[in-house]
Amino acid sequence: MTETTTDTAVDLPQHPSPRATGCPFDPPPALHALQSTPSLSRVRIWDGSSPWLVTRYDQLRALLGDPRVSADVNGPGYPHRSAGQKAGSQSRRTFLNMDDPEHARIRRMVTAPFAIKKVEALRPSIQKIVDDLIDEMLAGPKPVDLVQAFALPIPSLVICALLGVPYEDHDLFQRHTKVIVKRDSAPEETVAATTALADYLEELLATKQSRPEDDLLSELAIKRVATGEMTRREAAHMGVLLLAAGHETTANMIALGTLALLEHPDQLATLRGTEDPKTVSAAVEELLRYLNITHSGRRRLALEDIEIDGQVIRAGEGIILAGEIANRDPEAFAGNPDELDITRDSRRHVAFGFGVHQCLGQPLARVELQVVYSTLYRRIPTLALATGIDQLEFKHDGLVYGVYELPVTW
Amino acid sequence: MRVTVDQPKCVASGQCVMLAPEVFDQDDDGIVELLTDTPDTAHHEDVKESAAVCPAAAIHLAEK
Repeated sequence: MTETTTDTAVDLPQHPSPRATGCPFDPPPALHALQSTPSLSRVRIWDGSSPWLVTRYDQLRALLGDPRVSADVNGPGYPHRSAGQKAGSQSRRTFLNMDDPEHARIRRMVTAPFAIKKVEALRPSIQKIVDDLIDEMLAGPKPVDLVQAFALPIPSLVICALLGVPYEDHDLFQRHTKVIVKRDSAPEETVAATTALADYLEELLATKQSRPEDDLLSELAIKRVATGEMTRREAAHMGVLLLAAGHETTANMIALGTLALLEHPDQLATLRGTEDPKTVSAAVEELLRYLNITHSGRRRLALEDIEIDGQVIRAGEGIILAGEIANRDPEAFAGNPDELDITRDSRRHVAFGFGVHQCLGQPLARVELQVVYSTLYRRIPTLALATGIDQLEFKHDGLVYGVYELPVTW
Repeated sequence: MRVTVDQPKCVASGQCVMLAPEVFDQDDDGIVELLTDTPDTAHHEDVKESAAVCPAAAIHLAEK
């Protein structure tokens, strides 16, 4: 080497880093290594920038709850996930990408259907959806892909009913969502998919405005668009967000959670042997913690200098908050957090994020997962993987982690 | 124990309602409502957990 490198480019670990071969449920080993270092780390990302990477649970909660930390994707220095994600998120403005007080004002327009009592009232209809899909699976050929036959239809049917989107159009919105949630989609692909979905929802909002029904899109059309509080395009973008987030996440939790349980027969036996809602609920929380499917890290930008544990994050610097490793922090969870233990108290996990942007749909996701996990393995007690786990393709390239197909038999 | 809630900060995650329905409720928009500011001792643990998991840090506890 003839020149001395003053830039730290060569020294910084690249982020994201790969998971270890044969450990589909564990975060990348590089994250484990960074968590065991006492200070905050910097990493190199796709665009050559070097944001901070937060791996410790207490630091992650502190920063996600700090109003000096911004979620605005247009801020210079914001650590985007990829060129495609940057283009996609900047082409639509939703409460996900806003800071308070604007964030709170817009988010409150859609919080009503996610209140606990409203979501609990949906439990019987979610149970019926789950039971009907299991009936269909049992009556059909085997092996079957659990993703297409079960995991994806459940949250899609639920969020469609809540929003007032015709489920018959699911090929259309699932096709576009697939592009949006793929980490390596090209910028023009992401923008095109976002635009196509927004066009679709804008048309739907126009229909709802003239013929309102009892659903969230009708409420937005009548209370917000017709009154001039927001444009139809803004409401459409909100619909895109809820529709995409509403089915992609839960679908992956159902399929990957099922795989994790099949690979941990003792845990599955405990779950199958109980009718206690508290045991089921604890199992759901532990699987959310253990799998932490949102494995791309929450992305933020420091608006001011922030001192944390003796280090200073400067104003304008990007921050990546890696929940998948924070949820394995031995300082935060009793026992060995790298083991799946459905009896563990995992309620304080950060799988839904933390702070004002914490997942809006989490009460709904919890009920869906509780119904699935308390029904599927009891009704199909011999459920088994129809292929080797090494044959499965995992969503390493996805914003949300999971498995593309899960062939099962019984 | 004395409980106060900061409604403008609330993000309607509803976890307090799940944990301590005797103490917390939600209005039509999902925003936290306090049913009692001096919960029975039996509910103190659930109220403490509610404050700990509240993503918006909108629940405050003080000794009476």
